[in-house]
Amino acid sequence: MKLTVTIAGVELKNPIMTASGTFGSGRDFEPYTDLNKIGCVVVKGVASREWAGNPPPRIVETYGGMINAIGLQNPGIDVFCKEDIPFLRQFDTKIGVNISGKTIDEYVEVAERLASEDVDLLELNISCPNVKEGGVAFGVDPFMAALVTGAVKKVARQPLIVKLSPNVTDITTIAKAVEDGGADAVSLINTLIGSRIDIHKQKFILSTRQGGLSGPAIKPVAIRMVYEVANAVNLPVIGMGGIMSGEDAVEFMMAGANAIAVGTANLLDPAATMNILAELETFMRNKQIEDVNDIVGVVNKAAISP
Amino acid sequence: MNQSINRSRTVCKIISNRPLVDQVFEIILACPEIVKKVRPGQFINLYCRHSGRLLPRPISVCEVDLRNGHLHLIYAILGKGTEEFSGYKAGETMEIMGPFGNGFNLDSSDGNYLIIGGGVGTPPMVELCKQLKGKKTIVAGFRDNPYLVDRLKQYGDVYITTDNGSAGFKGHVVEFIEQRGLKGTIYACGPAPMLQGIQAYAKKHGLQAYLSLEERMGCGFGACVGCVTKVVADTDTGWRYKKVCKDGPVFDAGEVLFP
Repeated sequence: MKLTVTIAGVELKNPIMTASGTFGSGRDFEPYTDLNKIGCVVVKGVASREWAGNPPPRIVETYGGMINAIGLQNPGIDVFCKEDIPFLRQFDTKIGVNISGKTIDEYVEVAERLASEDVDLLELNISCPNVKEGGVAFGVDPFMAALVTGAVKKVARQPLIVKLSPNVTDITTIAKAVEDGGADAVSLINTLIGSRIDIHKQKFILSTRQGGLSGPAIKPVAIRMVYEVANAVNLPVIGMGGIMSGEDAVEFMMAGANAIAVGTANLLDPAATMNILAELETFMRNKQIEDVNDIVGVVNKAAISP
Repeated sequence: MNQSINRSRTVCKIISNRPLVDQVFEIILACPEIVKKVRPGQFINLYCRHSGRLLPRPISVCEVDLRNGHLHLIYAILGKGTEEFSGYKAGETMEIMGPFGNGFNLDSSDGNYLIIGGGVGTPPMVELCKQLKGKKTIVAGFRDNPYLVDRLKQYGDVYITTDNGSAGFKGHVVEFIEQRGLKGTIYACGPAPMLQGIQAYAKKHGLQAYLSLEERMGCGFGACVGCVTKVVADTDTGWRYKKVCKDGPVFDAGEVLFP
């Protein structure tokens, strides 16, 4: 059975990745998960310097999901390079670094700093809904999205994934813009903007009033968008949004994803990635699928020959 | 996600699940492996059966029964998840994970302790009192109906306060300790305003104090960075957010910056 997939020239041993911000840098998962079994660990967003993040409350549960407003709390790139890269390098997995910034210069600074580091992929976060500057401000405007992609691509030494926001009218417009800007791959979807109100206190639950909705509740939206983007650009697609099982992973790949990322499920079960991999293998065995790449985008073929 | 259960979550049998007072339940779970690891002040993630309720409910450990391998947890019905728990019957099973958090520092050499609990912040004081060696003065505050009083009495002098005066001192625990001028190394768990009052009291009287904080949590094991609290730090601003689930829930009172 072949599980290896290639994303922008980087070969992953299997299509299971982690969604940034749900796996830290892997340390908290080591007691429960064999990090060697993950295709690529995509770490929590890193900025050029330490970010404090938003005041609490930052998390609230919703039906079949959760809303977070962490605000990209991170210790900054220097601490990350010193502590997290050596930690992850002990394992046989690829390292993807999610880059955060408030300005184009800040994104560029992080990519430049990583140019000499032993990491495999960069993921440009232009879709975080929880920071006022940067983040989603770049991700909802095709011109700005292309601009920041191009600027980072110029200094990057690793293939560049751009993470797309679903909080747009037409996600394919942004996907095409970052393709034109030089992206090597796209990942989607980031969280959907949502909110919850405490009806007893008559106020918003999250300190920021709104945050990013994730979890199985958003999966159908993600499947639709992955399908649209996979058919709109000539780039590898990393699909994510509410993946809880191997069957969910298969669904994303059939929609057109070349690899998938597990997000919220990690927080509910720190062994989620391993279980999803095992379930994916079981599915392939039962359906006699030799190569996982054979299921990528199969819905298109089905549509042509009814 | 059946396999996952073996690796991270533990399926355990419910020994009993009964109300102590209105809206407050004690659930006893059989989980010998977890019981062996628990330290006072740590918490356990309880998972709902309802598939729409994804996040764990973190509940502090009230007591461990090492001999029987039983875990005693006390929860108040505060929402749909805890309401679901209250319907669980003895003999059924539930999924849990833990223990998580740092727990209380038991190395204090003082030998004279002031143990303070407020509402559902009282349960963790039972196992703490059991394991702390020395003289213990215990103050527990409740809105109206006190619980756990008899269990706490095994370990020291117990004073009760209630908001409405239905039992013990009428008023808040901080008012009580101020009136009595109680002293000792403080261990406290309860709502933030109470802990803030205790922090001020400890500072005024030069007492060492440990505060167990509460915050809305996501995962419970440090990954999501959802449950943070502001602490004094060597940064440009003079503070940084620490994780309540992993760096806490117990913090030195001197480092906590209440909003």
